[in-house]
Amino acid sequence: MENIRETEELQLKDEKVTLTIDERDYTVPQGLTVLEAARMVDIEIPSLCYLKDINEVGVCRVCVVEVEGARNLQASCVYPVREGLKVRTNTERVRRARKTAVSLLLSNHHRECTTCIRNLNCELQNVADNLGIRNIPFTGEMPNYGYHDNNPAIQRDYNKCINCRRCMAICNKIQECYVYSPLNRGLDTVIAPGFKKDLSEVSCIMCGQCVIACPTGSLSEKEHINEVWEAISDPELVVIAQTAPSIQVTIGEVFGMPIGTFVAGKLVTSLRRIGFDKVFATDVTADLTIMEEGSELIERLVDHPEQLPLLSSCCPGWVKFAEHFYPEFLPHLSSTKSPHAMCGALTKSWYAKKYNIPPEKIVNVAIMPCTAKKYEAARPEMECDGFRNVDYVLTTRELGRMIRQVGLDFTNLPDEEYDEPFDQYSGAGMIFGATGGVLEAAVRTAHKLITGKEMLVPDYEDARGQRGLKYGTATFGDKTITIAIAHGTGNAKKALDMFKSGQKKFDYIEVMACPGGCVGGGGQPIFGSRDYKQTSLDYRHNRAETLYNIERGKEIRQSHENPRIKQIYEEFLGEPLSEVSKTYLHTSFIPRGRHPYLYAEKPYKGFKERN
Amino acid sequence: MNLTPIKSIDELKKAQQEAQGHIKMRLTGEKPRQGFPKYHILICAGTGCTSSKSDLIRRKLEKEIKKRLLQDKVKVFKTGCFGFCKLGPIMVVYPDRTFYTKVEPGDIDEILDNHIEKGQRVEKLLYKSPTTNSIQKTIDEIDFFTHQMRIALKNCGLINPEDIREYIAMEGYMALANILENKTSARDVIEELKKSGLRGRGGGGFLTGQKWEFGLMNDSDPKYVLCNADEGDPGAFMDRSILEGDPHCIIEAMIIAGYCIGANQGYIYVRAEYPIAVERLEIAIDQAKKLGLLGRKILGSSLDFDVDIRLGAGAFVCGEETALIQSVMGLRGEPRPRPPFPAEAGLWEKPTVNNNVETFANIPIILRNGAEWYASIGTDDSKGTKVFALAGQINNTGLIETPMGTSLRTIIYEVGGGIHDHKKFKAVQTGGPSGGCIPAALLDTEIDFKSLTDIGSMMGSGGMIVMDETDCMIDIARFYLEFAQDESCGKCVPCRVGTKRLLEILNKITDGKGEMEDLEILENLCYDIKDSSLCGLGQTAPNPVLNTLQYFQDEYIAHIKEKRCPAGVCNNLLSVVISDEKCVACGICARVCPVNAITGENKKPPFYIHQDVCIKCGTCIPKCPVDAIYKR
Repeated sequence: MENIRETEELQLKDEKVTLTIDERDYTVPQGLTVLEAARMVDIEIPSLCYLKDINEVGVCRVCVVEVEGARNLQASCVYPVREGLKVRTNTERVRRARKTAVSLLLSNHHRECTTCIRNLNCELQNVADNLGIRNIPFTGEMPNYGYHDNNPAIQRDYNKCINCRRCMAICNKIQECYVYSPLNRGLDTVIAPGFKKDLSEVSCIMCGQCVIACPTGSLSEKEHINEVWEAISDPELVVIAQTAPSIQVTIGEVFGMPIGTFVAGKLVTSLRRIGFDKVFATDVTADLTIMEEGSELIERLVDHPEQLPLLSSCCPGWVKFAEHFYPEFLPHLSSTKSPHAMCGALTKSWYAKKYNIPPEKIVNVAIMPCTAKKYEAARPEMECDGFRNVDYVLTTRELGRMIRQVGLDFTNLPDEEYDEPFDQYSGAGMIFGATGGVLEAAVRTAHKLITGKEMLVPDYEDARGQRGLKYGTATFGDKTITIAIAHGTGNAKKALDMFKSGQKKFDYIEVMACPGGCVGGGGQPIFGSRDYKQTSLDYRHNRAETLYNIERGKEIRQSHENPRIKQIYEEFLGEPLSEVSKTYLHTSFIPRGRHPYLYAEKPYKGFKERN
Repeated sequence: MNLTPIKSIDELKKAQQEAQGHIKMRLTGEKPRQGFPKYHILICAGTGCTSSKSDLIRRKLEKEIKKRLLQDKVKVFKTGCFGFCKLGPIMVVYPDRTFYTKVEPGDIDEILDNHIEKGQRVEKLLYKSPTTNSIQKTIDEIDFFTHQMRIALKNCGLINPEDIREYIAMEGYMALANILENKTSARDVIEELKKSGLRGRGGGGFLTGQKWEFGLMNDSDPKYVLCNADEGDPGAFMDRSILEGDPHCIIEAMIIAGYCIGANQGYIYVRAEYPIAVERLEIAIDQAKKLGLLGRKILGSSLDFDVDIRLGAGAFVCGEETALIQSVMGLRGEPRPRPPFPAEAGLWEKPTVNNNVETFANIPIILRNGAEWYASIGTDDSKGTKVFALAGQINNTGLIETPMGTSLRTIIYEVGGGIHDHKKFKAVQTGGPSGGCIPAALLDTEIDFKSLTDIGSMMGSGGMIVMDETDCMIDIARFYLEFAQDESCGKCVPCRVGTKRLLEILNKITDGKGEMEDLEILENLCYDIKDSSLCGLGQTAPNPVLNTLQYFQDEYIAHIKEKRCPAGVCNNLLSVVISDEKCVACGICARVCPVNAITGENKKPPFYIHQDVCIKCGTCIPKCPVDAIYKR
């Protein structure tokens, strides 16, 4: 497989330079900034706006250092190292300037720490504590910029924004949605969508990468914890939790476990103890997605080559991106619903009937790594027989908070199994959580569907890894198809533009809106606490690695081999793309345009009242 | 206008000779030859005089001349700013160099009757010196001009900026032609500039030759030349006047810069609030293109160069070069950290040389007259002249150009004609919002880049605002800070939040709520903002505060400890009182008071103002028939 963009790994040059930091000489690779060089040699320079490779703009002035020969203090995050450079990171002048910068930020920050969603997990809080700020000598005007949350997924509290521009950088550089820009001047400056529109009124794809990037509580997921508690407390209702594949490797991080620890068993236990009546694995319907999407691929390869490339549609952020920016590609999107919507649709139809539960008594709560899933669950299309497919979506972070509210000692919980009939899943369903996983799973099943034989080695290593855009071929007997894998919608843009210009031909493209796929999703744990020195987003490697390692040990590694899948088709759906499956498992898309606020759109009213 | 392309240097020389014939009388005072008009009337068409109707006067004058069939005898021209803006609209009549001030449309007949037809000057329009009360008839006699040395403003007020031939007559484009004719290498031109010691006039004072050298050394294609005409300091209009009065010298200098660094494209970034300058530039670029002085194969050489105008929307920060570059590219005007410097990665990440208008205006004349000539003017530290915009409590407000090293006293008392209304000089503010206030004790400072920095102010772009005893220095600092915090782009924390907090502390002090601790907080915050801001705007924004803290600390202390504003400016520290001796108890004040704060019994003086009720609106003061009410 080739790859065209390598922004993920820093390309370190061979040349080295020697610089002096705090009177000691260090030899570091050329091309680094002073901040990176210092951190490389374990000198911690505090920073706020810096986000490695994404936001290197030097606006917060917290990382200032003394550079010999420079009149003013220099922001170390943007100051390049050079031979003979002399830097001081720990002088009275530096400490004072840092303290002043953070004090100034705090003087314009609505300090509601104890009730803030990011309490104890906030970079601003940490920096303020590290610098020992005890009183703020300046008080003054604190403009009230207000609060935006007229959408189901992301809320924006402008009063907690420190104008670090990380949200803007990740949105522009990685996702290329260009939602945020600086508005106004002076103290009135805000980083907001144009004309300070709500995110629902602009071409925002609700991926939540801005939430991940935000160092404070200014951007956060819209919490639905209370609604879920209410449902759990109602004895009449059967509250079902379903967990996305990537949650198994990330929820542990909320409780201080190493990044990428596999905790599926503890996850199930904790959900039961919270009070969910049933705990299902979304991985099962991920297998189902492969059956449907794989069949679609074959159908198009054989009968409708004009509808190629087939574009995966299990990522709601990507679907919204296509609806905003590439409406001409909507017929190419697989009409298959995403796994969590399928699970919801099946629980309120097949499962309800089979276990004799009135579907109106079922509440399906999806635990997802994703803020866009909150948006997807609220889409009008996601409804079958008059019931919402999924009633609530909780992010990994929200589940972590619920576990804390219950007081569970997560790390010491015993392991339990998922509930029937959404309990057994193949390795293929599991790797949905990482970029390339959907395609790899589809390749395994397509191989069987086309050639009638299993792949000798199911591992399709080419699809793995954190490169932004991968493309190559997959061979099924005598048939070879060209494929592409993009994660981060900026890379999807590249793939589609290449296809549009005729530069490349693709038959099948997998797109995940978030860098790294679901393991890097906008609903995943954020490392703002002091224990993690994460000012980059490269931890998703570890999470993906765990998924692949566990998958390798799984007995069943192909979606079509999953006995539960066979059972669902036998008992309910018949065969892939049947009338029944089209009713319950497929959806449609609408073009939205780049400036949705220009068109009359019904305001969002929240999730539909429970049936 | 008939403009035929000039294809070679010889043709340019021929065009120069021809054009010189037309304006010879202005240069030498020689009687014109047969067939040329006997008089030239030059009317200032700068922004200042235009706003006092100089355009109307010119059109009326032309109409009247036509009516009187005097077209062969007299010709009317637009010209650039004379600098004596206070006395505008200004009119100069050649060949006798008569300088008319405050001309009104009604004076046209008299000028034509007496001056043009009879050869007698119109006495009432001549300049009368406020210091000596003598009448100064010609431009050469006027003391406002005698202490000046006009290099950058050489052509302003002498030529018609809308006619390229007049610029050519003044040896225009000859610096460029000489370079092309002698095939002087780019390095040699840059060497010459370095020898001249010319430093950037935008504020930083970086050696222009060195900047060009960096532009030349950074190997890349394409490269760009930028002209910074985003003059934003309050009260400053040096660049505007040059663009309005002599736009071609900027274009010529930019072509030379393009030749030196290897750029083929230049941009002039000019604020949209300068409509006249923009129009003159457009005309100038158009004429230069028609003559083949811009475009491909300039003067028959292999040099290609083009200039475009980019309009700024009036953000002060866009005068900072990295923000300016962003703005030229169509992005939000925000500075970015340096390095990389624009000479390395500027417009579209390509090497870009960016100079201020006044810097460019000096370059053709330096190259024509030689580096030694230029280096002989000025001080060791700073060569040449500097244009200043004089404003504030001074008699001759306007635009002046003096050699570097001229003392502040000379500028204020000789050129500026002293303080208005014979008040006492208190301070002069230089360097705009980034500069500082210089007190009376330092009036003998011979100003150049270094001396001004040494005393805590700076050269800046050349704004000079004179203050007298009725100006409160804290109020002045507050004014500049208000400006800076309003114009902050909001990118970095110290500038975005810090300047606002500074302003709030100053407001507290002028409101009479200040405490002595505030001074320490104020000073510390100033130093931190200076030290850690991202760009020059933030780094210099606290200067007016630091400077006034240094030189006028007693005023701060008076505000804080005595709750008193010595200059009588800060409203909240003043009270309106009635003089016991003067009051005649007429009761008018009590009747006009909007809040019924004044009480008293009719015909039984004095009346009394209840301070807790009074809102200090001052309505009563002018109503008092015996001037018994005053602010204290």
